Amino acid sequence: MNELKLPSIDYAALAPSLIMLGAALLGVLVEAFVPRRLRHLVQLSLALLAVLGALTMVVLNADDRLITIGGAIAVDGPTLFLQGAILVLAAMALLLIGERSVERGGAFVAQAAFPAESADDRRQAEGVNGATEVYPLTTFAIGGMLIFVAANDLLTMFIALEVFSLPLYLLCALARRRRLLSQEAALKYFMLGAYASAFFLFGVALVYGFTAGIPNGSAGVDFATVNAAVAESTASPLLLFAGMALLSIGLLFKAAAAPFHVWTPDVYQGAPTPITGFMAACTKVAAFGALLRVFHVAFDGARWDFTPVLGAVAVLTMLVGAVLAVTQTDIKRLLAYSSIANAGYLLVGVLAPSRDGLSGTMFYLVAYGFSVLAAFAVVTLVRDADGEATHLSRWAGLGKRSPFYAGVFTFILLAFAGIPLTSGFTSKFAVFGPALDGGQAWLVIAGVLTSMVLAFPYLRVVVMMWLSEPGESTPTVTVPGGLTSAALMIGVIATLVLGVAPAPLLDLATGAAEFVR
Amino acid sequence: MSDFPFLSVLTVAPLVGALVVALVPRSRPELAKQVALGWSLLVLALSVVMWVAFKVGGDRFQFRESYPWIPNWGVNFTFAADGIALVMLMLIAVLVPLVILASWHDAESSKRSVPVYFALLLVLECTMIGVFAAADVFLFYVFFEVMLVPMYFLIGSYGGHQRQYAAVKFFLYSLVGGLFMLAAVIGLWVVGGKTFDWQALSQVDISTGTERWLFLGFFLAFAIKAPFFPFHTWLPDAGGAAPAGAAALLVGVLDKVGTFGILRYCLPLFPDAAKWFAPWALALGLIGIIYAALLAVGQNDLKRLVSYTSIAHFGFIGVGIFAFTTQAGTGAVLYMVNHGLATGLLFLVVGMFVARRGSALVSDFGGAGKLVPLLAGVLFFAGLASLALPGTAPFVSEFLVLIGTFTVNKPVAVIATLGIILAAAYVLWMVQRTTQGTLNPALTEVDGMRRDLNLREKVVVAPLIALIVLLGFYPKPVTDVINPAIQATMQDVGSTDPAPSVGTVQEAAK
Repeated sequence: MNELKLPSIDYAALAPSLIMLGAALLGVLVEAFVPRRLRHLVQLSLALLAVLGALTMVVLNADDRLITIGGAIAVDGPTLFLQGAILVLAAMALLLIGERSVERGGAFVAQAAFPAESADDRRQAEGVNGATEVYPLTTFAIGGMLIFVAANDLLTMFIALEVFSLPLYLLCALARRRRLLSQEAALKYFMLGAYASAFFLFGVALVYGFTAGIPNGSAGVDFATVNAAVAESTASPLLLFAGMALLSIGLLFKAAAAPFHVWTPDVYQGAPTPITGFMAACTKVAAFGALLRVFHVAFDGARWDFTPVLGAVAVLTMLVGAVLAVTQTDIKRLLAYSSIANAGYLLVGVLAPSRDGLSGTMFYLVAYGFSVLAAFAVVTLVRDADGEATHLSRWAGLGKRSPFYAGVFTFILLAFAGIPLTSGFTSKFAVFGPALDGGQAWLVIAGVLTSMVLAFPYLRVVVMMWLSEPGESTPTVTVPGGLTSAALMIGVIATLVLGVAPAPLLDLATGAAEFVR
Repeated sequence: MSDFPFLSVLTVAPLVGALVVALVPRSRPELAKQVALGWSLLVLALSVVMWVAFKVGGDRFQFRESYPWIPNWGVNFTFAADGIALVMLMLIAVLVPLVILASWHDAESSKRSVPVYFALLLVLECTMIGVFAAADVFLFYVFFEVMLVPMYFLIGSYGGHQRQYAAVKFFLYSLVGGLFMLAAVIGLWVVGGKTFDWQALSQVDISTGTERWLFLGFFLAFAIKAPFFPFHTWLPDAGGAAPAGAAALLVGVLDKVGTFGILRYCLPLFPDAAKWFAPWALALGLIGIIYAALLAVGQNDLKRLVSYTSIAHFGFIGVGIFAFTTQAGTGAVLYMVNHGLATGLLFLVVGMFVARRGSALVSDFGGAGKLVPLLAGVLFFAGLASLALPGTAPFVSEFLVLIGTFTVNKPVAVIATLGIILAAAYVLWMVQRTTQGTLNPALTEVDGMRRDLNLREKVVVAPLIALIVLLGFYPKPVTDVINPAIQATMQDVGSTDPAPSVGTVQEAAK
């Protein structure tokens, strides 16, 4: 009988994900054993500490370039950079999730099991403390994302995809108010997400079949094998193309690229706003991290085949996001379409076949994450007796009522519109430059044209806030608690700093922009 | 003395001033105004020192400074000024204090914060100086775009009728042009070997097709900014809705960024494409001269009328630039300065009328000269300057443009001359309908119309009138500064003046 050989495991390199998953498990125990009144504090501290610990490990591992546990995980520059990005953005999102002074009891339902609109539901909406299981769920999701961007084979990637998706589906359903909308969003996200996962898995199977065609080699789904198969497999290329297409569907769904974007506006609108921010920032980083790795490492040899298709998806995504954003009347849906359009810009970066393209995309992810979290932080503050006032007409004259927050939001919108001296401009430059350099002028032109369209909805919000007179129903901005203020300020300052002095982060991204193969 | 970092200090100083002014409590508007005025005078003083330190006949670019900004992309804070930039900087420095003084009470009627209005004016000055002082294409682009933000709020928050619509239209038009330019800027960066330095880029050889596309990207942005026909529709709205002071800066300085950009970027960086597109640009200029003048004749709103006249003038500037002769080029740049003075004055005077009457409609006036003779006289003078009467500064520039064009392209010069006749029509008719003839009885019931120019307003108009007359008789100090820069630009394009030259610019000016 053959002796079972265990693969060597570099625990230090895996530490960030292990810490997050361990903290999540610990969080489940906290739910069971810690008295209810202490749970919020304990859970939030635990989650934040775990993020901090994981971030420390990422920094300590900064020089690692290795593949471990039998080729399942790659710890290299992009992995560490993206893990760091996810952790920093997740910490901001956790601050928003933990806020309890803006709304009594927080943004989350006290017991998800109460039927919507029942007497129990109305009572909980009045200010019973929100459920604390959101923390372990979020921590699980962060852990999954950390593995997702580090996965070095398609199966690990699939498992990580599920690990971070399932908690997100649940989190979407936990809004304190407008619960039917929230539950509908969660169900939609879950159903479509399940399909997307199935597509992904089917794609893995087809690619596995394709790798069986390597002469004198063994089949496998790790990226090195796939890469070799693209170069020399004798199997039908149909397997490769179909597999690649199905894999892309799974990943583009998470990235919210058209035509796989239809869930985005509903889910962004229905989910509790801190979770929307978390998804818009961290899920985007994770999804694009995986896209970068799959297309730069595994399918690099098929670049000529996938570029036209992904390019068309990018153009469609930018168009759909920009054009539909114009018609929106709800701020959360507007930001959702803006996030779709941004997925398009990010795809332009993914398709830039160079190290600069890779570093530019990573820079864009970080810059966008900070801005979008700050944007959703403002959204949580504009509220009346019935919760957040998300309809745009309600924002009329906000600049008179609360000039400070209206000013902050204006700044973020200018960043989204790509005005210089904000991170929105530098990040657009960071992806468009390498794309043009790589000969993808058509993508850049599409990007520029859609930016013009997209400027209009942003500007309309600015006009609403500053140039319209406040109406009777204009809500006031709730004075935020310390946690939201901190998240908001981090986001705004990062948006400014990355716009004025992007060099340090660009250096970091450029230094990190090389995959181990 | 020339080691002093003039350009960066000039750029940053108004921004610091803006912060100071913005921090003045809302309850003390007078203090904010005084600080803003003092600060802009400080900038003016510094500019005068810089003007003196500029060596006429020295290097093409002087006061060059460069500090690294984003080394990854080869972006530097590079400032440098040639003669063209220098006169524009001087124009800004002169106009801003006058505009601040003229806008003394403008912000009070809007129920919005007075200090913020003056802070925005100073922020605008910072970006305007930056855009002319930049010698790094990326830096230029940054100022070019950021400039929109203070102007947007000046129009949108402090403007008159239809201000929201005008502000959004202004912003979107400029942003569309800016984004085309962004694509071209990135393209230039890629073909130029990842640098943004103007001097390095002007040495780069670009293939014909690419060069034309890049030219178009830049030209479109500048044509919208200037504005040339058919991209002009935003200007009458913005000019009509903006408060008079902001409008004076809008047409007096902001729009020159377009023509300046063509001279600094389109011609030297893409010389072959510029020649290839020149007939089209000339055509746009001519259409603008005639079409905008006709529309100006038909306007009933004073501020919109002035906006249309300036579109016609930009047609002249465009013709002067794309004629590719030194005379026409010098005339075009001189026109940029003179137009800033003359139209700036016209806008400010119109603003004084509008503030008194509470209406900008020509039909609401009539015989106003009998009530406010001094003000009506200034309006008449500004109008005459605007139609380029000999003896006023715009005449020199218009004449230079026309003779410079005539030597190379007679039909264009002849058609452009028609614009002079139309200019007389719109100016004189406007003056007649507002200030002359029988007194409109409604005017006597308006309190404001019984007050003629007060001291503050006299201080505003006097320097402008003096400059217009002075430069009308003795433009040499300005042309001396402009001429070498234009000659260098024409060399970049590879254009030589026709052999039987009409003489030097100074002789022609006489």
